[in-house]
This record gives sequence, C-alpha cells and structure tokens, in this order.
Amino acid sequence: MLRPRIIPCLLIHQGGLVKTVRFGEPKYVGDPLNAVRIFNEKAVDELMVLDMDASRKRQPPNEALIAQLAAECRMPLCYGGGVKTVEQIERLIALGVEKVAIGSAAIEDPDLITRAAERVGHQSLVGVIDVKASGLLRRPEVVIRNASERTGRAPAEFARTLQTLGVGEVVLNAVDRDGTMQGYDLELIKDVKQALGIPLTVLGGAGSLEDIRQLVQHYPVIGAAAGSLFVFKGKYRAVLINYPSATERLALGCAPN
Amino acid sequence: MTAMTLVNYGLGNIQAFAHIYERLNMAVTVASTPQQLKQAKKLILPGVGAFDWAMRRLNDSGLRSTLDALVLQQQVPVLGVCVGMQMMAQRSQEGALPGLGWIDAEVVRLAPADRDHLPLPHMGWNDVHPTTSDKLFSGIEAPRYYFLHSYCIVPRNADVSLATAQYGGQFTAAVAQDHIFGTQFHPEKSHHWGIELLRNFAHW
Repeated sequence: MLRPRIIPCLLIHQGGLVKTVRFGEPKYVGDPLNAVRIFNEKAVDELMVLDMDASRKRQPPNEALIAQLAAECRMPLCYGGGVKTVEQIERLIALGVEKVAIGSAAIEDPDLITRAAERVGHQSLVGVIDVKASGLLRRPEVVIRNASERTGRAPAEFARTLQTLGVGEVVLNAVDRDGTMQGYDLELIKDVKQALGIPLTVLGGAGSLEDIRQLVQHYPVIGAAAGSLFVFKGKYRAVLINYPSATERLALGCAPN
Repeated sequence: MTAMTLVNYGLGNIQAFAHIYERLNMAVTVASTPQQLKQAKKLILPGVGAFDWAMRRLNDSGLRSTLDALVLQQQVPVLGVCVGMQMMAQRSQEGALPGLGWIDAEVVRLAPADRDHLPLPHMGWNDVHPTTSDKLFSGIEAPRYYFLHSYCIVPRNADVSLATAQYGGQFTAAVAQDHIFGTQFHPEKSHHWGIELLRNFAHW
C-alpha cells in the first residue's frame, strides 16, 4: 500500500535553517546538515529544502550546500529556490536532488517546465504554489517571490496549468497559515486537489499530529508537509527537531516507518 | 567481497550510493572513464530523468561499450536503479531511443485502475513483495521502498520479476536475470531497507 508522505520542510536563510511566520520573522533553528542527520535517524519519508534568499534576492541555488545535503540525505530530497534555467535543474538532479521545485519561474517562464521535463522527466519537477488571501473578499490568489508579488491567478486553475506544462507534483503552500500552527487550509486543499491528476503536497499551518491525521483521513494519497511542527516543541516554541514515531504514525492512519 | 563501482555518466545520485557503502566500510569507486570502468568487479548503474535523456547521456559518456562488455561478456554483476533499471530493457514507451537490451523487457506507462485517487507519478513509500527471499531481499523484514516513477518494466519472462508492488494494479518492482539486477525504487533513498538491499547486492 502506498503511504501518505509526511515531509519536514526546511527553510534556508544566510546559510542556516530558519522558520518563518507568514513568510516573515525568520527565527534561526539550526544547521542544515545537522538537521538532515537527525531526520535520517528518524527515518523521515522525504525532506523539502527551500532557500529563501535564492528566491527573494534572485540568487542562483547554492550548489555546494545542496550537494552536501543530497549526499547526506538517506531519504528523497526536494529543493526549491532561485531555479530559473533548465541547466540549473539538470545540475541539481545530477547532484543527487530527487525533485526540483519551481516557483516564481513557473509564472515568468512557464515554458521552462516543459523544456526541463523533456530532459529530467516529469517526476523530478515540482511546481510550488504560494497562496495568499487578497482583496476585499479575501479570495485566495497565487503570489510569487516570497509572497511579495500578486499574480491574479486562482490556485486550482494555476495548479492545472502546472500539470499541463509538465510538473509531476504540486506543492500547495498557504502563506497565511505559515508558522501559525493553526491547521491546514482544508478548503483550499480540496479546491486544488480536485483539479489535479498528479500528486499533491500541502504546506502551511500544521500545528499538531491531529492536523495531519485529519488531512490523511480526507486524502489517503497526499504529501503532508510542515515546518514549525517538526522543528519546535511546546508552547514556547523551543527548537527541537522531531518527527512522529512508528506508534504515532499508526495513530495517524499511516503505517509505521 | 569485491569493491563496488558506480557508473558515473552524469545522472543519478552517485554520492548517496558512495556514502552508504563507505558507511558499511566497503570499498567504492566512481567510474567516469572507460579506463576506470574496466576494472569493475561489481556495478551500480543509477539513473533519473526521462528515458531518452538518460540513454543519450550514457551513449555520449564514452562508457557504453565498456559497460556492455563487462555485463554481457565478463558477466560482471550489475544493479540498475530506477531509470538505470529501465535502460536495461529493449525499449520504453517514454522514449524513442533503444535501451541497452540486457533484459528481454519493455518499459510501459503505469496504468492504475483508480486514476481519481491514484495520481501519477507513483510517488512515495510502498510495500514491496519479493517472489523469493534470497538474492537482494535476503533478511529484509517487511521491505518498503521509495518510488518515484510513471513507467515500469515488463519482462517478457515472468521469472525475471524478482519483486512486485501494488499501485492500482501489480507491477514489477525489481528484476533479476542471472547476474543482472534492477530496482524500480530507490534503495539509496530508502533508509535501512535500502541499505540492507545494497549490502545484499555487495555480498551476492
């Protein structure tokens, strides 16, 4: 049986790991390589690493760091941040990254996905959709470049476009929930999930294993990603890298690892 | 036990394999030239990406003829991983270039019965059911591996299928034909289940 994927999402900022709230207030939580080693020991399903600086400052991916992370990872790794060209995508795959995430570039150069898929295959390409409520009606809208620019696109329609262009997975990131630990935006997820025939991973808002259990109950084949949940412990948000144990996974309706 | 040689044609997670064998205290070399490859006693052929792209990279690497000679004439044991395994077949529905043809098999697109609930690519951790408990899966309890693919291998001779998995239907998850092995899943990214499989291959 295929299991739901439970995925810690790590943010890189100035060479360290941080956790944000609604994409702001980055708080230092540790060293990336050390975090990967801890997640190895905890046998996590997958890891997602997003470089905030690369997307915000339009810097190219830090290939030296990514190579180290990929070699250390004993689970699949998805990297996102600053990816703009097919050549970068090819190099990242050759460095040992399983999946390359494309965000802003998917809006600015949609053809990038199609050209990259011909080489690295659909399964290695991930489209990231950052969604933020906007306007008087607080309608969900796709935003880019660390949520600093609006696009006017609706999430489900944009997700379908990404699928047609050739990504093998969509990561749906609810910016308004980022770091709030108030639970996933199930309405947004339903809307996008219905539009897709490729795997969906959701991010933003998970604050407890109960949030993951609810998600998995609705969608048995899904990627449940979270940042805060796996790097903080307790109400004072003490930094402590954690991940559900085999028993906890069983209680979530997921088979143990 | 012989040293492991990783075939480096610019694709696949060479470093992840190297790391695992180093941690197991086994000798490992990365072969990027025919001279380096010629010494190989045991091979791993990794691969990711689209079928034609991978075949073209291998064909252009200058390693192809040495690799064919090692596997077909000298019977050097080889383990193909993901697209590395798919390349061992004769052809793939995903591409137009011929495969290596080491195994009488075709690579076809997965067709899960329940597309509404089972998206493609098949992505994530799935149970693997070996048809025999020896060879690659020896001693591995409840084997479970990470998959990331939309195509699967269909050997003409069903005995070549070493393990199966379910995703809206059964498909071949691993193959074994004499000294030629392959896995659709990624042992190098599958925690202890993968490490044990890679150790079994090294000891085979």
